[in-house]
Amino acid sequence: MTGALGPLWTHLSATPLLWLTLTLVAYQGGGWLFRRSGCHPLLNPVLTAVAALVLALKASGTDYRTYFDGARFIHFLLGPATVALAIPLYREIDLIRKAFAPILVSLAAGSLTAIASAVGIARLFGGERIILLSLAPKSVTTPIAMGISEQIGGLPSLTAVSVVLTGIGGAVFGGWLLDRLRVHDESARGMAMGVASHGIGTARALQWSRSAGAFAALAMALNGLLTALLLPVLAGPGAVGETQVSRRAPGPQ
Amino acid sequence: MGYLTLILICQLLGEIVARLARLPVPGPVIGMVILFCGLLLRRGIPEGLETSGGYLLRILPMLFVPAGVGIVTHLDVLRRSWAAFGGAVVVGTALTIAVTGLVMQLAVRHRAKTAPADTA
Repeated sequence: MTGALGPLWTHLSATPLLWLTLTLVAYQGGGWLFRRSGCHPLLNPVLTAVAALVLALKASGTDYRTYFDGARFIHFLLGPATVALAIPLYREIDLIRKAFAPILVSLAAGSLTAIASAVGIARLFGGERIILLSLAPKSVTTPIAMGISEQIGGLPSLTAVSVVLTGIGGAVFGGWLLDRLRVHDESARGMAMGVASHGIGTARALQWSRSAGAFAALAMALNGLLTALLLPVLAGPGAVGETQVSRRAPGPQ
Repeated sequence: MGYLTLILICQLLGEIVARLARLPVPGPVIGMVILFCGLLLRRGIPEGLETSGGYLLRILPMLFVPAGVGIVTHLDVLRRSWAAFGGAVVVGTALTIAVTGLVMQLAVRHRAKTAPADTA
């Protein structure tokens, strides 16, 4: 940044406009790449946009707070968009009513798998207790997950990161995995994405079909409720990593 | 425009209910339930709502980008325990998708086989 660019950068980087625009550009660039690649799952637009923006922040020495000052206008729309999920839900009301029992059974199975696998695998890899607690609600939509994390003694901001990574992960390889397992039923594909990968999975399922999207939205909402009720009970004394006292982390720094 | 207002009102009501009832559920999720109940009562989706809501849903993936970029604030933790973190996220998510999808598909098929009279 020399000559005239220095003051220009100082001015631009102080306005919300810069990072707001760059977020839109990164996402649209990601979408362009995704289509050019013949919709290769690894080039998921959310993933590319996040990676590009992280690199841009690092390269320009910008902190997250400055970035979020601009990006919060996009972030804000998450609320209204979540409310709007009532539309696909309503559209598929007949399908959902018919599949009531299967929905409850697969929700319970998926919700417990999500919690147990997150905690179990992280422990297997020697994760500290605070990391286990932060990872436990990772399949739930961000605001619920952060609330649960705080309640059970995790780090809410670390939980937010695990939630987003879980969502992106599911969006990237969920379709491929379900194809391999021969899960072709649209309602089952939607349930899987909604339970495991919350809103980001739901957004992906909506791109497959209306009914997959509706089941995903329903699964996301139900799994949020169920996990919020289950985890504080499960994480009570002795639930997470307490059996091996020696492996417990010395406590949050 | 009117329907965007309606969506925001549902969200606002959701926030109020969540606070007053001290529910562990965020306002927008309750707002979704409120809008859903409204649609049930009205027995149909107004065209304008279809347009504004449809637009929000089309850009939904993008709305997660700002939160995702929050990863920059935790790069040190990720570097320290990347195996625990990555393993839980990748393997855990794959397991959850597999279990939920397979159980749902089995249950749906089982139901279709055992209770065909249901639909008649």
